[in-house]
Amino acid sequence: MSDLMKVSSNPHVRSKSTTASIMLTVVIALLPAAGFGIYNFGPKALLLILVTVASTVATEFAFEKICKKKITIGDYSAVVTGLLLALNLPVSAPWWIGVVGGVFAILVVKMLFGGIGQNFMNPALGARCFLLISFTSIMTNFDCDAYTGATPLAALKSGESVNILNMVIGRTAGTIGETSMIAIVIGACILILFGIIDLRIPGTYIVTLAVFVTLFGGRGFNWPYISAHLSGGGLMLGAFFMATDYVTRPITKRGQYVFGFLLGVLTGIFRIFGPSAEGVSYAIIIGNLLVPLIEKVTLPKAFGKGGEKA
Amino acid sequence: MRAERERSRVTGMAKLTFNGGIHPYDGKDLSKDKPIKAVLPKGDLVYPLSQHIGAPAKPIVEKGDHVLTGQKIAEAGGFVSAPIYATVSGTVKAIEPRRVVTGDSVMSIIVENDGLYEEVKYSERKPLEEMTREEIIECVKEAGIVGMGGAGFPTFIKLSPKEPEKIDYVIANCAECEPYLTSDYRRMLEEPEKLVGGLKVSLKLFENARGILAVEDNKPDCIEKLKELVKDEPRISVKELKTKYPQGAERQIIYATTGRAINSSMLPADAGCVVNNVDTVVAIYHAVIEGKPLMNRIVTVTGDAIANPQNFIVRIGTNYHELVEEAGGFKQEPVKIVSGGPMMGFALFGLDVPTTKTASALLCLTEDEVSRMEPSACINCGRCVEVCPGRVVPKLLAVAAANGDEETFLAHDGMECCECGCCSFVCPAKRHLTQNIKSMRKLLLAKKKK
Repeated sequence: MSDLMKVSSNPHVRSKSTTASIMLTVVIALLPAAGFGIYNFGPKALLLILVTVASTVATEFAFEKICKKKITIGDYSAVVTGLLLALNLPVSAPWWIGVVGGVFAILVVKMLFGGIGQNFMNPALGARCFLLISFTSIMTNFDCDAYTGATPLAALKSGESVNILNMVIGRTAGTIGETSMIAIVIGACILILFGIIDLRIPGTYIVTLAVFVTLFGGRGFNWPYISAHLSGGGLMLGAFFMATDYVTRPITKRGQYVFGFLLGVLTGIFRIFGPSAEGVSYAIIIGNLLVPLIEKVTLPKAFGKGGEKA
Repeated sequence: MRAERERSRVTGMAKLTFNGGIHPYDGKDLSKDKPIKAVLPKGDLVYPLSQHIGAPAKPIVEKGDHVLTGQKIAEAGGFVSAPIYATVSGTVKAIEPRRVVTGDSVMSIIVENDGLYEEVKYSERKPLEEMTREEIIECVKEAGIVGMGGAGFPTFIKLSPKEPEKIDYVIANCAECEPYLTSDYRRMLEEPEKLVGGLKVSLKLFENARGILAVEDNKPDCIEKLKELVKDEPRISVKELKTKYPQGAERQIIYATTGRAINSSMLPADAGCVVNNVDTVVAIYHAVIEGKPLMNRIVTVTGDAIANPQNFIVRIGTNYHELVEEAGGFKQEPVKIVSGGPMMGFALFGLDVPTTKTASALLCLTEDEVSRMEPSACINCGRCVEVCPGRVVPKLLAVAAANGDEETFLAHDGMECCECGCCSFVCPAKRHLTQNIKSMRKLLLAKKKK
């Protein structure tokens, strides 16, 4: 027996869950959507996913190496960012779009603001919006071998009818990972089952959007129309995987409801009153920016506070 | 609303609990089936003069004095204080500073054990029915009883609130929510009549109060036993609590059993409650019914490093080395030794410290989960907020504490933290949240005292 034992402040036990285990679970939960994207859009989708993930991981590694910081790629958060970004790209995008997006996401949105936990908006979405503005025609070209023409939401906006069943399964045009509601919901179930996310944000978001399009969509309570809004345009991917991003959502319980509500309203406004048919990405990054404010006004009340001494 | 919730708690069948909390590995299987075994000390006994909250006790013996088992060797050093009794017969060897579980050096009386265990003659007690309120409280005060769950607050003060008629509930805290601990469990199983007896003594002080035995539902055998014992006691009921850490924290157990919420600046009495831990209630029984001062307590000696985990009844002052020996020594080299449970206990540098009134367990682990995992950046996952029974935001408090930002710390209700450790336990980034918050609280409390 050595003379001195290890000492530390309480508690002396720790849960098994780590940052890496959480991020790895998110990666696994994204695999159904990624898998469906590859099946739906062909091997080029796989290539784009690999290039994007490689570029996010390499950027984080290079930045930390150059700045002589601790290498953190082992926490898989860069993999999550790369995968999410790739799932938000159209399959027709050239490979360098994935590289540019990956570098922007990690370098500009994440590392320059202090690395994991410090970014003020979701890196994947920040990069997607950067790409949308910079390379609009590439990012909105959803023509590919499997599908030609507009995404279901764009068709819906221009007054055409859409096939809801195809939207739920995912057999439509769109970005690689956003089309299949089923695949995304399977992934979401994994996250909920493992306690990574809860339904506070996605639930409020989805319900708010449904109510918003019912009130302002101009078609009243039209079930196919509402379903199309919910299953299209990356709402499911955004609600379950990006709005729930720990770093950029409020930490307080009440704040999470406010955040979900805000995203629903913003998405509704963008989709119905804006020129574009989508809007999830912009809604979430604007929501991200408001998080500090939301947290400030929704801090919980301490247990027993307000009680009086007898 | 509050009254309604209160009623449903008193009559309803739903499992009683609080918001937040965690479910750590409980490790109770190691020692739960081991009957309580008496340990006789071999070496010197060390009695730190501060084994309680408040002023240190004042020695009333001198070096060279001969003392008997049950003889008072130090008297209360103020109002908030408690006397200390010798637990063996022998000679006072020295009065000098000795290391205690917290790592501090505390002035202590050292008694050399003569191995004869000659006991003082305890004065005869009146039957409980004839005792007055003041006599009962004096008994508890003189016996040196303090909160034996870990806090060490002198019990007679808890039993004498300003308005005793306003106490509605006297709660025996039988939750034992700390992992690995089985001392209360064994006590309930082996001597439940003393527990109920002690609760009856406390109830005599509060005419309008009902007694509650609050037990976590992972101890169904105790619940059954206690229910059987109190079935003819109209004033006492057994309440089943959901098994969850920190169910046995004072504020949480009050909320779970009565629906009343108190904050850090309030006392249980402000919510009409008096809460005492199992061992404390039994000590009240010993003091008032048998006339014996507080001389021993049950200590669970356990952990994966211990050859034969056990529950011992230990004379206060016994060195921890002897307890480990009694438990068969180490089967594997320990890396971390904790006095108390893994959530709120104190890590020890070494075993050379005495058993005190508040030592519920000696936990010897072959692995230190804390130093094995490096803290990394906070990812804002919100788990600390989710589990915090005090409903504060540990993440924000820990940052404020680390920055020395007292203003933000206070504004975010940092003083409402009960240091239960849930936030550090769940943190996936392995950040030392509780530690940061704890040091800031300590600093602010010290400032307030000045």
